Parts: sequence; structure tokens; C-alpha cells
Amino acid sequence: MVALLAVLFVQSISEKLKNITHWVPFGALLGAILAAFSPTAPELMFYESYQIDNLSQFFKALVFLGLAICSANAIRNQSLGKANRADYFFFMFMSSFGLLLLSSTIELFTIYISLELASYSLYILLPLRNNDPRAVEGTIKYALFGAVATAIGLFGISYIIAGQHTTYIHELATMSWSFADNPMALIGLGMFFMAFIYKLALFPFHFWAPDVYQGASNETAAFAATLPKIGAIVILVRLMALAPGVEVKTILAIFAALSMTIGNLFALVQRDVKRLLAYSSVAHAGFIVMGLVAGGSYGLAAASYYALVYVVMNLTIFWVITRLSDNGRNIYINDLRGLYSTAPVLAFVLAVAAFALVGLPPTAGFTGKLFLLNSAWGEGYHWLVIVAVINTALAIFYYLNLVRHAYTLDQVVPTKINVSLTGTSVAVVLAAGVIYLGVLPQSIFDMLMRASNVLFF
Amino acid sequence: MLNTDFPVLSALIFFPLIAAVVLFFIRGDKNIRVFTLVVGLIECVLMLPLLGFNLTTAEFQFVEKHVWIEAWNINYYLGIDGISILMILLTVILLPLCVLCSWSYIGKRVKEFHFCLLLMTTACVGIFSALDFVLFYIFWEAMLVPMYLMIAVWGGPNKRYASLKFFIYTLAGSTLFLAAIVAFFIHTGTFSIPELMQHEYGFRFQMWAFLAMALAFAIKVPMFPFHTWLPAAHVEAPTAGSVLLASILLKMGTYGFLRFCMPITPAASDFFAPLMITLAIISVIYGSFVAIGQQDMKKLIAYSSVAHMGFVTLGIFVFAFRGVEGAIMHMVNHGIITGAMFMLVGLLYERSHSREIADNMGLSKHLPIYTGFLLLFSLAAFGFPGTNGFFSKLLVLIGVFEASYFLGVLFIIGLLLGLAYLMRLLLSVGWGSPSNASNWKDINTREWVYLLPLLLLVFYLGLAPGRALNIMGPSIENLLDNFERERHISEHANICNEIPSISSKLSYTETEILYSPELRTMEVANNTESNTKELN
Repeated sequence: MVALLAVLFVQSISEKLKNITHWVPFGALLGAILAAFSPTAPELMFYESYQIDNLSQFFKALVFLGLAICSANAIRNQSLGKANRADYFFFMFMSSFGLLLLSSTIELFTIYISLELASYSLYILLPLRNNDPRAVEGTIKYALFGAVATAIGLFGISYIIAGQHTTYIHELATMSWSFADNPMALIGLGMFFMAFIYKLALFPFHFWAPDVYQGASNETAAFAATLPKIGAIVILVRLMALAPGVEVKTILAIFAALSMTIGNLFALVQRDVKRLLAYSSVAHAGFIVMGLVAGGSYGLAAASYYALVYVVMNLTIFWVITRLSDNGRNIYINDLRGLYSTAPVLAFVLAVAAFALVGLPPTAGFTGKLFLLNSAWGEGYHWLVIVAVINTALAIFYYLNLVRHAYTLDQVVPTKINVSLTGTSVAVVLAAGVIYLGVLPQSIFDMLMRASNVLFF
Repeated sequence: MLNTDFPVLSALIFFPLIAAVVLFFIRGDKNIRVFTLVVGLIECVLMLPLLGFNLTTAEFQFVEKHVWIEAWNINYYLGIDGISILMILLTVILLPLCVLCSWSYIGKRVKEFHFCLLLMTTACVGIFSALDFVLFYIFWEAMLVPMYLMIAVWGGPNKRYASLKFFIYTLAGSTLFLAAIVAFFIHTGTFSIPELMQHEYGFRFQMWAFLAMALAFAIKVPMFPFHTWLPAAHVEAPTAGSVLLASILLKMGTYGFLRFCMPITPAASDFFAPLMITLAIISVIYGSFVAIGQQDMKKLIAYSSVAHMGFVTLGIFVFAFRGVEGAIMHMVNHGIITGAMFMLVGLLYERSHSREIADNMGLSKHLPIYTGFLLLFSLAAFGFPGTNGFFSKLLVLIGVFEASYFLGVLFIIGLLLGLAYLMRLLLSVGWGSPSNASNWKDINTREWVYLLPLLLLVFYLGLAPGRALNIMGPSIENLLDNFERERHISEHANICNEIPSISSKLSYTETEILYSPELRTMEVANNTESNTKELN
């Protein structure tokens, strides 16, 4: 990763190399393969603040995979000027680097620094779109509130230190986290959560998502919608393994329920596909938190699995949207009309992604959701499960609307969509991935179970 | 008896799926139609090993079981018994007939249409043969997508409304079903349906689970307050879509009652039987009355389906042998008859381009063979002796009378109303005036080919129903025996211990048992660790 960054840095400062960006996705893919096959026994590095285990390697592979797809997606980003092309990739990789660190760090301050590394690169990345004022608006919202959220997180760390006298997660794991024993530490933990809940766009920290998604260019939105959330999820998974007091869990459960409901209700009326996806991501954040709340190795493994599913589903649908947008403009639902005749493969992929987002079998969305529901019910959160399944029914309308526009309506003005062969084939691979994760989740889920079991020692 | 290791059910499920993929590479509308027809016929041939079905046992047969997701104890588990085999036979037989009946009806996007048709077959066979709850749910939901597309793409003028309503209604119903599945899993640690039937549950748990499942099934059936999606969907769907809806989809609801509600939650089924019976009677009477008032032929048949499915539900919830037998027979018979009726309306629509009764009157003179078919199928739908409709309704009637005379009388009123709307349809379509059918062509060979098998079935099942009854007999006996036994056991258990209830939070140890032993020891270790810490 460091090597990739160095090359990108050189590229961004030298004029000549600025346009050679085709190797980028392959580099990221290489990273994914490395991460997937790297050692899996827990190993500590850098004064015990950095741990390499199954979980971290899984999330690293996921980050790299997402990065590969995002950067492949961004190669044809037409809203980028020539001058800042390499910068764009540099910051994208920088942000991912932060996320990679995040997935391995096990010490609160290191977590904090990695988070900032990931966020600040993203703050720069977001407005890179042909001087579009909306992009700037979204970025400012995101950056300002993001800074506040992380500041609260930092403040939370101070409480944790005051309460527990350490910042190492494995030491924290041996301590009591009930409100009665140690109120200050629990409050601190709650505040520390906020920084990550903000990244996850969980209610009530979700309001940045629609503006950022809408404002940022399609390619950047694909990045911002997926990867930073992986970072947030991995930390939340590690922290929830501390088995914090029931107060925090209850609050999170309520947030999750509200997040699903509000996300889905707002999504019903959106016309801009990216805004719609933003609200859908708010709803999905609720689902993931459901697994976190359930806790236990099953719940955490289910949440991690859903993180994978979420990333793949979203990258798939964003990939389609990016292909459809001829000049980098935002796609509205009406633009999907008649997609079945202009680009049948993309229409099919869109349908697969949309049904996965609803959670219809046999796609990954269903399997992931089933795991989450099982773990939540097993821990006694019956009401949360009921809210979740009712939300599926709510969500069907707007996802189905996408499919309906693509399949049943004809275009008013017939336009031709040029899709390259690579564009189509990557889309098909992504859709196949969505179905694969739905039909054969066994091996990956087992791996995650082992990974989350380790967390409890 | 044919007893081979050939995985018949898997073949039946996946052959159409593979064919659907192959379909993508075939060009030319005609080739696609012929290909799908051949696939349908091969599918019928693949079904032949099912004739080796053992008539003497109530066990599940042709069982296939493979581990699918070990961590959650989900299996790929298929098998059929006397209740489901007939529905599978019907599903498979309908595939080639559906291809034939949409031969000239579907003019645009032929490839996608047949793709949907094949996927439907896959999902429907899957539903009736799945013995794992998750697998069942997957097929149950997967069926929605092709059906939705069928209505939304090839439907009538109001297709948007109809298809959305269909999708949202049925999906909303089954979401709570999913919650029930999850609850069952957490309670017992298994998704296997036969195993779940062996377990006993407390009454409150059964009650909630029954309600969650019954909602999904009642919407699918559809029973009275949840029926509004059906006329809309039927009217807008293309002929093949209507046929599949009426013949297969509606049966999934009643099949669900038989397969899940009765064996898994017997006490709750017993408790809610009066409610279900009331709703069923309302469905019969209300559906018939509304059918009498319809001007649109498809709507008329759609409401008649509501009434017919009311008969079926009634037959199930009187819990008498004859009633259940009649209910299953009627599921099959209604599938045959209503499928044929929709085909008849469809082929008339191709001539008149209208589904209004007023535009299709006085056919007997110009289309004698058509009128003949219509007459025979209407008589069967009414339940004329000699046709299959008579026999199944008779059985249900016996079952209902066994339960209560009052219900029996209401049932007979429902039957008479059925005569009223069918006669009205028949009289005006056959002999009404003015007739504008003077230059329409009578039934052609292709139409003969897809109507004749159904007509033969009408008479075969009407005159010699014994074989079909033999097939389902042992399974029903087993079902009712278990039901009778467990109904009492559950009541007994209810008095003795009330542990497993849905609303009481599961204790930690209870859920732990579900998890792997290594995890259990680990968590125990954790507990002791924290205990010692507290002590310190």
C-alpha cells in the first residue's frame, strides 16, 4: 500500500505521468489478493497498537476490493480536470490507507488518527467535480459535522481513559462496562461511538449523506458510500466485542430502528437516484447496527458479513449508475426508462442489485439480512426484528421503482448508451458476486465466525 | 416402484433454470417459443420418476438433503408427500400449456416473457418441494419477481397499479413470515420443516407464529379482507400470468396452511379455526356476490377464485379427513378449471380485444367448439356431477357437515351463488345478443392442444378420482393424527409449563445451546472470568 501511495505521489507531482492511471485498479486488486492470503494468526505490531488477525485481513481485503472497483470506476470520471487526476487517485488511496490502518488498529488513539487520515483525504476528494457548487456544499456539511463528530469521539476517549486508565482494546476488554460499575467509561464509549456512527450515517447522524451523495460526482459518491463505512463497521465490531452495558446497546437499537424507518420513508419520495441510495444507505446502516447490537460472535459475524454484502451491492448499483451517466451528471429515476432495450445487461445488473438491496432471495441481501435477523432474535431483540422486516416491505417500493423504470417504461426520447465491454463485464462480475454471496455464504461466514470468536478472548 | 438415486426434484427445479439461461442465446421469436415448449415437454418427461411415488406411506419421499450453510444449520432439503406431489404435477403440466396459450398473445419481448415463465416454474416446484424453511422462503420470494415482471411488462392498461399492488401486498405479508421463521429457528435450532413438526411450542408462541404465517398465506390465498390485489392482478396479467396466478400461486397459501400452520402450530390453528372459517365463509359469499356483478370476464373469474379458495380454506379448517381431502382435491381441480377458464378468456380476447361480457356475446352460433369448451369448464367450475369440481366440493361438503350443519347450509348457499355467476357468464357469452362474433374463427389446432389436456383432466378426476385420493390419503391421515394428538398435548403443555413464549426474552443459556459447543465453553469461560473479576 505504501508503495502504491509513493507511486501515486510521484505521479501527482510530475506533469508527465498524470494521465497514466489505468494500472490503478490492478494495483488495488493485487492488494486485495495479498490481504486475503496474508497470515491469519493474531499478530501484534507497533507497540501492540496494531493487530493483524482474521477480522482485519477480511476488512482489508474488502477495502482493497472496494478500492479496486472504485478506482476502475473513477478512471473515466469526466468531471475531473486533467490537472487533478492523479491527485484524485492519490487522495482516494490515502483515504483507503487510513481505512486499512483502521481495520487493524486496536488502540483508541491510533484508531482516532487513522480515522482522521481516512476522513481528511475524503474531505478533499469530495468537492473534486467541475466546480459544482453542490459538491462544495455537501463537502462543507460533511467536513464541519464530521469534525464535530470526531471531536466528540476524542472527548469520549478522555472519559474512557479517566474511567479505565488504558486505551488498549484488549485491556479494555477485561474491564467491566456496565453503567453501574463505571458510568464515566460507558458514557465515554458512547461518545466515541458517535464518531463512527457518523461515518456510518446512522440516524440521527445521517443528514450529511443525501447532500454528499448528490453533490459529489458519481464516482466519488460510489467511493464515499462504501469504503468509509467499512472502516466504521470494523471499529464498531471491535468495540462491541467489549460487551458494553445494556444502556448503550438499547440506545443503538433504537437508533437502528429509527434509522431503518426514516431512511426508507425518505427514500420513497426521492427522484435523484444517488439521493435515493443515500437514504437507502441510512436504512442499511440500521441493519448493520442491528447485528452489532445483538453482539456475540454470531451477531458480529453477521454484521461483518452484511458489511461485505452492503459494499458489493452498492458498488454494483453505483457501477451501473456511473455507466449510464454520459457526462458525469446525476442520474434521475426517469433516466432509467427503457434501459432494458438500450443496455440489457446493465438493466439486468441493476435489477439484481436493486433486489439485493431490498433483501429478496436468492441475492446476498437476503442472506445477510437473514443472519442479522437470526442473531438479533437470538439475543431477544424481537421488536427490532419486527421493525426490520416491516421495513423490508417499506423499502420494496422505491427499489422496485428503479426496476420498473428500467424494465417496463419506454424512453420518451430514445438515447443511446455507450457501454464499453469492460464496463459490462465488470458489471456482470459484480452481479454474479451479489448472487454468489447470497447462495453460497458458507465459507466466508465461517471465516468471519472464527474471526469474531477471536475477539472474545 | 421406481427407486433410483436420480435427484428428481432437483432436476425439476434446476432444469427450467438452466433452460432459462440457455434461452438468452437463442434468437428469433419462433425459435424461442419452440425451445420453451420443448423444455416444458422435457420437464414433463423428467417428472415421470415421480410415478414411483409410494402410496402406502406418509413419509416424505424423493428426499434430497445437503448441508448448505453449516453455521446456521441451513440445509438444501427437498422432499414431497401426498399433499405436495399433486401440486408439482400440476405446475409442470401447466408450463407447456402456458407456452402454447401465449403463442400469439405475447407479441413483444418474447424472450423475456419465456424467461419469466421458466423462472416461475423453477420457483413453484421449489416451493412445493422445499422442506427447509429458508429454502422455502427463498423460492416463495423468488417467485414474486418473474410474476411481477409478467404483469408489469405484458399486462393491460392498468398494469403499473396492478403489478405494484401485487408485489407490495404479497411481500409485506411474507415479511412477518420471515420473522416467524427466525423465531422458530432460535427456538429449536433448526430450519428443517419435518423436525419443526416434531417440536412442541407453548401456546403463546404458537399463537404469534400462527398469526405471522397465516397473514402471509391469507394474502396469498387470498382470503376476504386481503383479496383486493387479486382482481387487479388477474385483470391486468397476460393469459399465461393469470393461469399461473390462479392455478399455482393461490394454492401456495392453502398449501402453507396445510404444511406449516396445521402441523407446526396445531394448538393455535385450533384456536383460530373459528376466525379462519368465518373469513373463509365471507370469502365464499362475498366473492360470489361480487362475481355476479362483474362486467369484465377476467374479473368475474378472479372473484370466483376468491370464492373457490374460500371453499378450500373452509375444508382445511374443519379438520376433518374428508374436508382436508376435498380441500387438496379442490386445490388441484380449481387449478385445472380456472386455468382453463383464463385460457378461454385469453383466446377470446385475441379475437375481440375486449374482456367485457357485452362485447363477447352470442358465440354459440359462430364458435360452437369454443362454446362447448366454455360450457364444460363452467359446469366443472360449478361442480356438476361427473366433473372434477363436483367431487372435490362434495368431499369438502361432507367435511363441513361433519363439523356443523349451519356451516354446511352456508356452504350450499355459496355453491348456489357459484351457479348464478357462472350461468350468467355462460348464457350471455354463449347465447346473448347482439352477437358480433360473425367473422371470428373458431378454435384452431394450437388452442385445441392446450385445452384438451385440461378437459381430459377434468373428466379423469371427475370420474375416477380414486387414484388421486389414494396418493394423498396416507399423508392426510398422518397430518390429522398428529394434529389431533398435538392439539391436546399442546393444551396440556400449556397448563404444565409456559416456558417458550415469544414475548418473554430468551434467557442467555437457552440461546447458548444453539451455538456450537466450542463457543459455549468459551462463553462459560468468559462468564466465570467475569465472575472471578467481580469477586476480586
